[in-house]
Amino acid sequence: MSELFETFLNPAVMGESAGLLLRGLVVTVELSLLVVPAGLALGACVAVAQALAPPWLERVVSLGVDLVRAFPPLVLLVLVVHGLPFAGIELPALVGVAVALTLNTASYYGEILRAGIAGVSAGQWEAARSSGLGTTSILRFVILPQGVRKVLPDLVGNTLEAVKLTALASVVALPDLLRMARIAQGVHFNPSPLILAAALYLALLWPLARFVRRLGASKAAPDFARSRR
Amino acid sequence: MEIFFDREALALAWPAVRSGIAVTLQLALASIAAGVALGFALAVARALGGRWLRFATPAIVAYADAFRAIPPLVLLVVIYFAAPFAGLELSGFLASFAALVLVLGASAEEIFWAGITAVDRGQWEAALSTGLSRRTTLFRVILPQAVLLTVPPLTNRAIATGKNTALASVVAVPEVLNQATSIQAQTASPAPLLLAAGVYVALFLPLVRIGRWLETRAPTGGPAPAEGPP
Repeated sequence: MSELFETFLNPAVMGESAGLLLRGLVVTVELSLLVVPAGLALGACVAVAQALAPPWLERVVSLGVDLVRAFPPLVLLVLVVHGLPFAGIELPALVGVAVALTLNTASYYGEILRAGIAGVSAGQWEAARSSGLGTTSILRFVILPQGVRKVLPDLVGNTLEAVKLTALASVVALPDLLRMARIAQGVHFNPSPLILAAALYLALLWPLARFVRRLGASKAAPDFARSRR
Repeated sequence: MEIFFDREALALAWPAVRSGIAVTLQLALASIAAGVALGFALAVARALGGRWLRFATPAIVAYADAFRAIPPLVLLVVIYFAAPFAGLELSGFLASFAALVLVLGASAEEIFWAGITAVDRGQWEAALSTGLSRRTTLFRVILPQAVLLTVPPLTNRAIATGKNTALASVVAVPEVLNQATSIQAQTASPAPLLLAAGVYVALFLPLVRIGRWLETRAPTGGPAPAEGPP
C-alpha cells in the first residue's frame, strides 16, 4: 500500500513539480479565457445570421457548422497549427490553438443559441416589431434575453466542454497543465505529477459539472424515485 | 495550391491512412458499444435502488460527474503513462478504449437516467399497483418509453466518442490522424493531413447531419423547433 502511495502520490515529487504545474494551470486558464468568449461571440454571430438569413442561406450556414463539427477537435487543431504554415501563414502556437478551439466550440455555441432563438415565439417578434423597434434592437432586447435563458444549461455545458478541450493544446507543445505534467513525469520518472494534474483539472471542472447537473435538474420532470420508497 | 495536393505524398499516404480507417472504426465501435452498455447498466442499477444498490447511487453520481469533468485526453494520458507504474502495461489501443469507455459511460448513464426520470411517475405507480415487481416495471414499462427519449442525445455522444478516437494518435495508436501525421513528417507536405481531414469529414459529416435531424424530431429534447422570426 505504502509502495503504491510512494509511486502515485509521492509528496516529494508533487512538491517539486507543483510550481511547473501551476504555470501550466495558468496557461490552461488563459487559453480558456480566450476560447470561451471568442467562441461565444462567433457562435452568437452564426446564430443571429441564421435567424435573419433567408432559408437557403440558413441551410448553407448550417452545412458549414456541421462541417466544422465533423472534424475531431484534435484534427482541426493539427490542421491549423501544422497545416497553415504550408500556406505561408505562421501563427504563434497560442493563437493557432485558440483559433482551432474557437472554431470548434463556436459551432456548438452557435447551434445552441440558434435553438434558443428559434424557441422564442413568433409573437415576440411581431409585438416588438409593431412597437417600432428595429431588427437589431429586437434581437438585443427582446429575443436574445429570452432565447439565452431557455438554453442556459446547454450553454454552461458547452463551456465545460470548451475548457476540457484546452488539454488538446498539449499535443502541439503549448505549455498547458497537461503538457507540464508530462514534462514533470518525464523528469522524475514518476506518475505523481500526472495524478496531481488530473486532480487540478477535477478541482477546476468538477464544480462546473455539478453546476451543469443542477441547472439541468431544475428543468427535468419531477423525480419519480421519491414516490417509490 | 499544389503543395496541398502533392500527388506523391498522397500516394504514399493513402495506404497508411486506409489502414488507419480500420483502426479508427474498430476503436470507435468497440468504445461506443461498451460505453453505452456501461452507462445503461449504471442507470438501471440507480433506478432499481433496493437495499444494496441504494448505496451505489452516490458512487454512480460521483463517477458520472468526475468523468464528465475530466478532459478525455487527460484521462487517456493518465491511464497510458501511469498504469505501467502499477505493473499494468496497456497497449495504446487498450488505454484509448478504456478512456473512451469511461468517458462515454458517464454521459450515457446521465442520458439513460434522464430518460428514466422523464417517464411520468404515474407509469410507475400504475405498474407497481398491478403487482409487477420493481424490476419488471423498469424493464417492461419504463425503459421501453425511456429509451426512445435517449436516442438523440446518445447519438450525439456516440459521434463525439467516434471523433475522440483521434486522441489515440497521442499514444501512438496507428489510427487515421496518427498515420497522417507520421507520413506528413516523412514527406514534409500537408497533403496527408488534408487527406485525413477528408476521411474524417466523409466519416462524420453524415453522422452529424443525422444527429441534427434526430434532434429536431425529438419529442422532448431541447427547445421546441422552429418558430423563427416572421
